[in-house]
Amino acid sequence: MAEYQNIFTQVQVIGPPEMGVAGVPGHEAELDRVGHGRFSAFLGWLGNAQIGPIYIGSLGFASIVAGILWFVIVGINMLASVDYNFAQFVRQLFWLALEPPGPQYGLSIPPLNDGGWWIIASFFLLISVMLWWLRSFRRAQALGMGYHIPWAFASAIWLFLVLGLIRPILMGSWSEAVPYGIFPHLDWTTAFSIRYGNLFYNPFHALSITFLYGSTMLFAMHGATVLATSRFGADRELEQIVDRGTAFERGALFWRWTMGFNASAEGIHRWIYWFAILVTGTVVDNWYLWAVEHNFAPSYEPALGAGGFAPAPAATPEIGG
Amino acid sequence: MSKTRNQIRDEMTGLLLRGGLIGLVAFAAAVAFMVVPTQIGRIWPTQFEQTGFRGTGMEVIQFRSDVVGLAEANVLPETIEAPVQPQPGEALAGDIYENVQVLGHLTDANFNRLMLAITEWVSPEQGCAYCHGEDGDFVSDDYYPKVVARNMIQMTWAINQDWDVHVAQTGVTCYTCHRGNNVPQNVWFSPEPLNNWAGPSARYQNQPAVMNYSTALPVDAMQVYLLESDQPVGVHGTTPRNPGVPGASIYHTYQTFSLMQHFSNALGVNCTYCHNTRALAEIDQATPQWATAQVGRAMVQDINNLHILPTQPLLPETRLGPLGDVSKVNCTTCHQGAAKPLLGQSMLGDWPELVSPEPVYQ
Repeated sequence: MAEYQNIFTQVQVIGPPEMGVAGVPGHEAELDRVGHGRFSAFLGWLGNAQIGPIYIGSLGFASIVAGILWFVIVGINMLASVDYNFAQFVRQLFWLALEPPGPQYGLSIPPLNDGGWWIIASFFLLISVMLWWLRSFRRAQALGMGYHIPWAFASAIWLFLVLGLIRPILMGSWSEAVPYGIFPHLDWTTAFSIRYGNLFYNPFHALSITFLYGSTMLFAMHGATVLATSRFGADRELEQIVDRGTAFERGALFWRWTMGFNASAEGIHRWIYWFAILVTGTVVDNWYLWAVEHNFAPSYEPALGAGGFAPAPAATPEIGG
Repeated sequence: MSKTRNQIRDEMTGLLLRGGLIGLVAFAAAVAFMVVPTQIGRIWPTQFEQTGFRGTGMEVIQFRSDVVGLAEANVLPETIEAPVQPQPGEALAGDIYENVQVLGHLTDANFNRLMLAITEWVSPEQGCAYCHGEDGDFVSDDYYPKVVARNMIQMTWAINQDWDVHVAQTGVTCYTCHRGNNVPQNVWFSPEPLNNWAGPSARYQNQPAVMNYSTALPVDAMQVYLLESDQPVGVHGTTPRNPGVPGASIYHTYQTFSLMQHFSNALGVNCTYCHNTRALAEIDQATPQWATAQVGRAMVQDINNLHILPTQPLLPETRLGPLGDVSKVNCTTCHQGAAKPLLGQSMLGDWPELVSPEPVYQ
């Protein structure tokens, strides 16, 4: 009897490796896969135990090469910033960064050590990400799938393009873009919100937060429901979209009893899909003042009156009469 | 088949036992939920004070241990001798001693009283010799600390006279900064680049250092904001939309952020001590401390440019920083982790000689 109340998958079925389906007509030639397929019991705890065969293809190869170039350029710039001291590179890794050019350069090409390498690295990152997107699109095409995955990926890429490419170009300065570094990119996020008057007042940001946390909640609800009913076969969830049985019905019943309303086996995936996608600018310079203008920033009493912390206001002389 | 009376009784007992056990566990959990936080607060007690409208997070929270630590670190030194009321026609230090340039107007008693106090505050180990040499040549200006001390006395007057809007009636004395050290412990030098390889855009950031409080923020914020005065601290637009007007850059914002780290650490407070953080730039939502800090920054610029930098040529190399500059003043120099230096205790009552060049003896 399978035990499903566990963070690991307990049952692993080992047989001849699954070599994959034939591609849809017109894409058969692209389905050359590397490797023969082998099994890893360890990976089997987390997912499918079979590793490979893998399809790399020219798009994947070019994307990986461009990505490695970006990674190495950033790394060597970080190494140079600690005078090529490898111990310091490891010790200060979270602080180090490859920064975009300063504002004095605008969109022009700066010297290599003053933002030039950032532009080159960004170029390779752009190539790498866009090729990987194209690859995900082409793979979906080859397998005759819908394009849900590439479009969901594209919504994340959109955020990347807005912050790193579109917005800096519209503002006329690469200095507005995000640095490549662990703490530095977090400092950038804070500075960005400070500079533009508190991003929490940006309604698009507010919606994105709603959808971000909403998608994690939906995912948790869905995952828990499927795991809890998988002993009745709910793990075969796609079949249950069209062929209802006791398993998914129980999950649905649970939520109907809990909330009065429930997703269907198909619908829950649409909910999660759209919530995740909607996690994603304008010419607004100060979002707080924008929110005041649009009447959704509340007004508070001035700070002076509250608590004994502020110095007592000077006594007001009475107006005699 | 119906159950016997005994079976029913056993089932009921089992249910009661199980229910009792679950209830007990739930009760214990509820008690723990309520009691444990109060005990955590007892082990690490905190105190907090609301400073702004409810719901804005404007409050000052401190560990009681930090409050106690500050109280211990900020005990005033004992005044050895009370000020002596000058008598009409009393001889002045300038008449009695040679080469008394800035304190010549004091009576002999008050002059020597102040000299002893400065020795206690600034050079308790070396004594008089720190300024006047081992051979006790009190006339000579050969020892640089004596010449610097003159500047510092004039600086103290200037702070107490011209910057009362920041230091209020509390004022400052030598002790506010020195605390028994030849050079105050909390000073700064112009920073060397952290990143020698990068160009000017990123030379001063992205490595943990003392001057960025171990963040990745720039270390040149004090240079830009506490010494030079061209760059405004504020980075916000003043209108919702600001098309075509280049605003503050992201790097400029990092520098301001770094300066605010310094303010916060120097005073032992958080952002909401001054700001309503939903709108950092809105002055009418800030606390009065915001204005005090504004003036404080102008004061520190003034101190560094008018009183500290002129002493640079006097100093031996050992007193200079890596770029050959004098050690300069920032907020920590006086505040040392307290929102008010020396917790707001004034020493001026005992030291009218340090208030102004015309001391008023009560």
